[in-house]
Amino acid sequence: MTTTVITTLPHFSNLSRGIFVRPNFSFPFSPSRRLAGNLASSNMAAAAAAISPVPKDDLERIAKISATIRVIPDFPKPGIMFQDITTLLLDPVAFKDTIDLFVERYKHMNISVVAGVEARGFIFGPPIALAIGAKFVPIRKPKKLPGEVISEEYSLEYGTDKMEMHVGAVQPGDRALVVDDLIATGGTLCAAMKLLERVEAHVVECACVIELAELKGRDRLGEKPLFVLVSST
Amino acid sequence: MSACCNDDPRIHDIKSKIRVVPNFPKPGIMFQDITTLLLDPKTFKNTVDLFVERYKNKNISVVAGIEARGFIFGPPIALAIGAKFVPLRKPRKLPGEVISEEYTLEYGRDCLEMHIGAVEPDERALVVDDLIATGGTLCAAMNLLERAGAEVVECACLIELPDLKVNLLSQNFT
Repeated sequence: MTTTVITTLPHFSNLSRGIFVRPNFSFPFSPSRRLAGNLASSNMAAAAAAISPVPKDDLERIAKISATIRVIPDFPKPGIMFQDITTLLLDPVAFKDTIDLFVERYKHMNISVVAGVEARGFIFGPPIALAIGAKFVPIRKPKKLPGEVISEEYSLEYGTDKMEMHVGAVQPGDRALVVDDLIATGGTLCAAMKLLERVEAHVVECACVIELAELKGRDRLGEKPLFVLVSST
Repeated sequence: MSACCNDDPRIHDIKSKIRVVPNFPKPGIMFQDITTLLLDPKTFKNTVDLFVERYKNKNISVVAGIEARGFIFGPPIALAIGAKFVPLRKPRKLPGEVISEEYTLEYGRDCLEMHIGAVEPDERALVVDDLIATGGTLCAAMNLLERAGAEVVECACLIELPDLKVNLLSQNFT
């Protein structure tokens, strides 16, 4: 029986059946590397195909998507390699493929609400929501949402911050997807999940374009499934 | 101008889904809240469709959305018309090289930024935000695009604040 579905590149997985296959060698990801060429020539591809065939189309799309992501060193501060998705947005095919990959995964999961985390979650969340017929709920920094809100505090490296959601936006029993461009430590996503759970929605999964695997955000999400397209180490 | 859409039956539904929140962010301001529109998938889709129908044959190559609510409406439009999406952001949010445009607020000034290289000369651009008030932000956005050599074809918003435009309705009755 499949349980949580955690799908990343370069780990091969059957996206539709939710089987996670971890390769037995590390495949350091760099946006400048041409994933498609490497995959085609590796023994990994053959092994993975035998276990759980991944549609070639998915791998090709993900490879092209990851090639459009730009890494900016030392932003916002020295030592941080910032994963910039704005270059992905400049490629209409890559942007469309990104959305399509999420939509294909979620369209039959009866998701009734897509919650997007400000601000880059606002770019990916709404197109997904529109395509799967779900409502879109923005999760925002303090004092941005008008009217009644609930707040969830979360810790930063130094200090704390807050995320807010409108009272009444989400109903008990709503099946929710949380969307952001990237998961780092997982603090923001956890806060978003808590907001949804406090109003008795069921968070089905968190979805991000990029995972910074080293920061172990996946672990911070605990039992909640995480789906990403690109894993960066 | 909104004249093209007033007869469309979808418009009434869209208007009815926008919530007015009094005294936000400060006393005296009637805030036009579009989040309630986003809670109705059909209405949200109709909103995007109305823009897409208008722009799909205008050879728009770039949709620029203003942080943050322009990020909600801009990308779906961009995706549907095959244009790239360029986020216009508050200072220090965009990594890498940017150009900045300052604009005036009621009290003080603010700044909008765009990535260098995102937009090429002669591109045809659409600027999207949820709402136009004084137009300061939209003007800054247009300036950024024009400085990069693009042609701004149009600005598109869901809402135009009534007090800040000429009341065309009253003129029709004279």
